[in-house]
Amino acid sequence: MNNKEYQKLVKKHTPKPKVGKNAAIAFFIGGLLGSFSELLQELYGLWFHMPRKEAGVLVILTLILIASILTALGIFDVAVAKVKSALIIPITGFAHSITSAALEYKTEGFVLGIGANIFKLAGTVILYGVVAVYFFGLLRILIMGG
Amino acid sequence: MIYLNAFLFCGTICLISQLILDNTKLTPGHVTSLFVIIGAFLDIFGIYDKFVLYCGAGAIIPITSFGHLLIHGAMDTASKLGPLGLAFGVFNLTSAGISIALVSAFILALILKPKH
Repeated sequence: MNNKEYQKLVKKHTPKPKVGKNAAIAFFIGGLLGSFSELLQELYGLWFHMPRKEAGVLVILTLILIASILTALGIFDVAVAKVKSALIIPITGFAHSITSAALEYKTEGFVLGIGANIFKLAGTVILYGVVAVYFFGLLRILIMGG
Repeated sequence: MIYLNAFLFCGTICLISQLILDNTKLTPGHVTSLFVIIGAFLDIFGIYDKFVLYCGAGAIIPITSFGHLLIHGAMDTASKLGPLGLAFGVFNLTSAGISIALVSAFILALILKPKH
């Protein structure tokens, strides 16, 4: 069996993800999370008499806290395996990556373990976000004057 | 109405990401980075502000809003200080999220053990 045939065989036996079902689940759960956040934002506005913008930040913080705690308890990974993107793309995925890195590298020590690895997965979001902002920001200043 | 918009916007973003993950070899890390860049890009022309206006928290929750918040903070200070303001303000609006995520992750790592 040459290499090409082997690749073919591997491809044939790799389980195909259920694309349609996964997409529908991601859409539905992601949408529910969006609506729930909107509800939370309006409730925060009512309870604390906050402007919408600050209430929005508080919603983000709430989701981050919930996601961190669920990650530490091991519930988040089970949920991600079921609903996929619906929990990775919202800010919960960001919190999950930081908390899971902190827990995973705890055994390697506080500085070389937790400290050095806490941004291991979330760092990519921050890096490319900041690089994009510098690039687009300068572009906007040059073209539109700010 | 805003609840429906929030549902549709957040759901669509998750749907697109799921389709990318299932049909290409990209990992969640690739997709989130891509979405942050798209969020920052959409904000150049103020398009993302419109999404936030009509979809409320549905547009604030996805990771695309991270890029939107980064560039908003940067442009706010850039309007006062010039191009150098980009450096001063880039984390202004996202610092709350990042710091809470870091502190809660640290405290949880202190008191709990990883589950596999």
